[in-house]
Amino acid sequence: MDDFIVDYLLEFQEGLAQFENELLELEKAPESATILSSMFRIVHSLKGSSGFLGFQKMAQLAHEGEDLLGRLRDGRLRLSPQLTSGLLAMVDGMRSRLSVIEATRAEDDRDDSDLLTRLRNLQAGVIDEPPLPTVPPKAPIKKKPKAPAESAPALRSQSAAPPPAPSPPARTEAAQAPLPVTEPANVDRGDFESEQAAIGGATIAGATVADTTIRVDVALLDKLMNLVGELVLTRNQLLRSSVVGDEAMQQASTQRLNLITTELQEGMMKTRMQPIRNVWSKLPRVVRDLALACGKQARLVTDGEETELDKTIVEAIKDPLTHIVRNAVDHGIEPPEVRAGRGKPAEGTLRLRAYHEGGMVNIEVSDDGGGIDSARIRRKAIDRGWIGGEQGAAWSDRELFGLIFRPGFSTAESLTMVSGRGVGMDVVKSRVEAIGGSVEVQSRLGEGTTIKLKIPLTLTIINALIVSSGGDRFAIPQGNLIELIRLHGEALGRSLASVHGAAVCRYRGGLLPLLDLNQILKIAPDRAVRDTESLNIVVLQADDQRFGLIVDRIDDAQEIVVRPLARQLKGIACLAGATIMGDGRIALILDVFGLALQLSGEHQRTAATSHHEVQAPVQSGDDRRPLLLLLGTDGSPFAVPLEQVDRLEAFPSSTVEVVGDRPLVQYRGTFLPLIDAADWLAGRASRRGERGSGREETPWQVVIHAVDERRVGLVFDGVLDVFTDRITVAGEPSRRGVLYTAALQGKATEVLDVPTIVQETLRSSVFALEA
Amino acid sequence: MTSNRQLCIFSLGDELFGIEVNRVQEVLRSQQMTAVTLAPRFIRGLINLRGQIVMAIDLRQCLELSPFDRDHSPMNLVVRTEDGPISFLVDRIHDVVDVTEETFEGAPPNLHGVLRKLIRGTYPLRDKLLLALDVDALLNLIDSAAG
Repeated sequence: MDDFIVDYLLEFQEGLAQFENELLELEKAPESATILSSMFRIVHSLKGSSGFLGFQKMAQLAHEGEDLLGRLRDGRLRLSPQLTSGLLAMVDGMRSRLSVIEATRAEDDRDDSDLLTRLRNLQAGVIDEPPLPTVPPKAPIKKKPKAPAESAPALRSQSAAPPPAPSPPARTEAAQAPLPVTEPANVDRGDFESEQAAIGGATIAGATVADTTIRVDVALLDKLMNLVGELVLTRNQLLRSSVVGDEAMQQASTQRLNLITTELQEGMMKTRMQPIRNVWSKLPRVVRDLALACGKQARLVTDGEETELDKTIVEAIKDPLTHIVRNAVDHGIEPPEVRAGRGKPAEGTLRLRAYHEGGMVNIEVSDDGGGIDSARIRRKAIDRGWIGGEQGAAWSDRELFGLIFRPGFSTAESLTMVSGRGVGMDVVKSRVEAIGGSVEVQSRLGEGTTIKLKIPLTLTIINALIVSSGGDRFAIPQGNLIELIRLHGEALGRSLASVHGAAVCRYRGGLLPLLDLNQILKIAPDRAVRDTESLNIVVLQADDQRFGLIVDRIDDAQEIVVRPLARQLKGIACLAGATIMGDGRIALILDVFGLALQLSGEHQRTAATSHHEVQAPVQSGDDRRPLLLLLGTDGSPFAVPLEQVDRLEAFPSSTVEVVGDRPLVQYRGTFLPLIDAADWLAGRASRRGERGSGREETPWQVVIHAVDERRVGLVFDGVLDVFTDRITVAGEPSRRGVLYTAALQGKATEVLDVPTIVQETLRSSVFALEA
Repeated sequence: MTSNRQLCIFSLGDELFGIEVNRVQEVLRSQQMTAVTLAPRFIRGLINLRGQIVMAIDLRQCLELSPFDRDHSPMNLVVRTEDGPISFLVDRIHDVVDVTEETFEGAPPNLHGVLRKLIRGTYPLRDKLLLALDVDALLNLIDSAAG
């Protein structure tokens, strides 16, 4: 019997999803006979199945829906917004009944008479349904920036109001029915849940039975069968050749085995791939309901819905995507009058685009709404003290947009019922990053906003670094890995320090908090390794926190298959899973976010290096960054912070060409523009390219600095020294491109702001075209 | 009418325990284990069971008995559960025996501590008493102890 019910649930969920989408399409093409027939057939068959299994109330609901559709199909009724809403209410009602059936394998005896009456009235052409769920824009709840707690209860109670379908309490009960969905442990779900309730039940029931089954293309299964057949043959060959002692055959078979295994792996991964359409299918309804509620007009356009994603990822991005879409409708798209005033069509367009690129799936959500006002963000950030006033002026738009992902951020002037204060973008970011992806925002004021998500193709196979501690091996996901450090002998003593009892290490001009893997895991360190005068440190990044993990040994980098831990072990924060290594032994996979939690309070203060703080210009108070002292081409020294130096190169002058007014050299497949530091500072055009400068034969010595993917070279005449100790800052920046002046080797020397120099040069020169 | 059950017998020290044979997936000799040091003590580690990662539970700890002998390699009794197989570390694994319900007696009142919750009752076996282990109660205990 239970098999029947499982099939029924699956059939119903799919049928409802299709029905809903067809209904939304019908809104745009109300006369379409094909759509109407299809919808009628769906409801008819759902009615039949429900009756067969004895679910009378469901059958009754379906019956009224069928009747309504019959009239539409026969032309006795015409589609109207009220009719559409009525049918959507029926869908919601059915979904919530379905949840109950799934949990209890029986119907509850809740009363549907309101809904039934509504449907009957619609059949009779009587229009009396409750008013559409709108929040009049004239009466928003005024946002009080200092009191978020007050608004949250208001949000929740109001969210029970929309679509007047079967009682909301029943829906929340249904939502609590056991759902076999696992969630990333370290993310706050609070706001998503209130939003889910407000969506009108569209997504709550959808996460259950459908998750335990998957559709696979038969051709793919055939291919896999063939591969397994070949695997068997190769296995036989291998066995035979090892028994018989035929080494050549053994080798050939092993290679073949390798090939087949790879193909089988790829094939199996494909079976789990689902088109992103499955995630997007619910969004048209979300957009429609939300637009109605906000008094706006919006439509959803999709591109690339066949783009495939692994099933594990599909679950993880459903919520973040829904949230982004809601944000776009609620905060992005302007009300029709405003749009008309801006010369835009009254209906806003939300474009969803998905495509594969570089081993990742790219998902873009664009709207043609009002865009993000970076000036407002800047003001808000300054108000909140996130950036200082002067620094604030220097931040680029891109950096400001990044602030949207900070917890507690919102520039919405007033709270609207539906998506709160725009709270949740921080959760979107952390959820996406938790699965190894990234989020980016682009926007043009008045024109619109695009949010780009980049997520990996699959979660189950990852690149990892294998390390050893205490005799056991552990895997660290490469996505969180920044670099590896080995401290040796003297450097060891110099670099390690202790800040209020927390171990730290000097690292690239700052301090890196340190964690000892052996201590965290409570295992005895491998004394043989630890007693030598060296330390292996793995530098990791979890969100904003950068820290170093001390391990006994660093082994290898390899691809591993992620296996989940037993349920009873899932609660351990530092562990993300396990994997079986090539020799059959098990290695535990470390959870970098869980490790970061181990950082003590003091550590966290040191560790919290916000991306933006690192990029902002350094104040003259900073006196501990290593400096490279160089001789300029005019004979005067200047200095460059060591961390801004990628490498030093020397180019024979024959390789240097002059294009326009700028010397450049071909380097690593691209053009490397060369800037003479001394000339730049003096505001002179470069002299070295000129004849007669007496420098034709000497090689050009260059400091290479990278900005994003592009590199620029800073020309100098010689290296004088490297300073790593405290520097006495002698003065404020004297001119553009200078960070500060310091007394080095007894002389007042300017310390250059390489990024600024580079950016300005790129912007103003011929090379700006490449940007 | 006599009803027969089949129990898989294993021993911890001098005591004999029995688990219904249809709950037992397989028995293995001592396997290489990877410790999970942050887990509760009774979870000894993880073993590789033909490509599946299976938790190994120290049954002596669960039943509050004295710890395993350092030199002794425990055997693995792999039990089927809802979430997949779980392996229990025991001293020795013996036969599968038939027992009849008629000879079943309730758990002796002098069973101490946690054993009282985990032992369903006893069957006489030659000169010893076989303690029938309630697998589900044991699994529940593990769940609640794991937190």
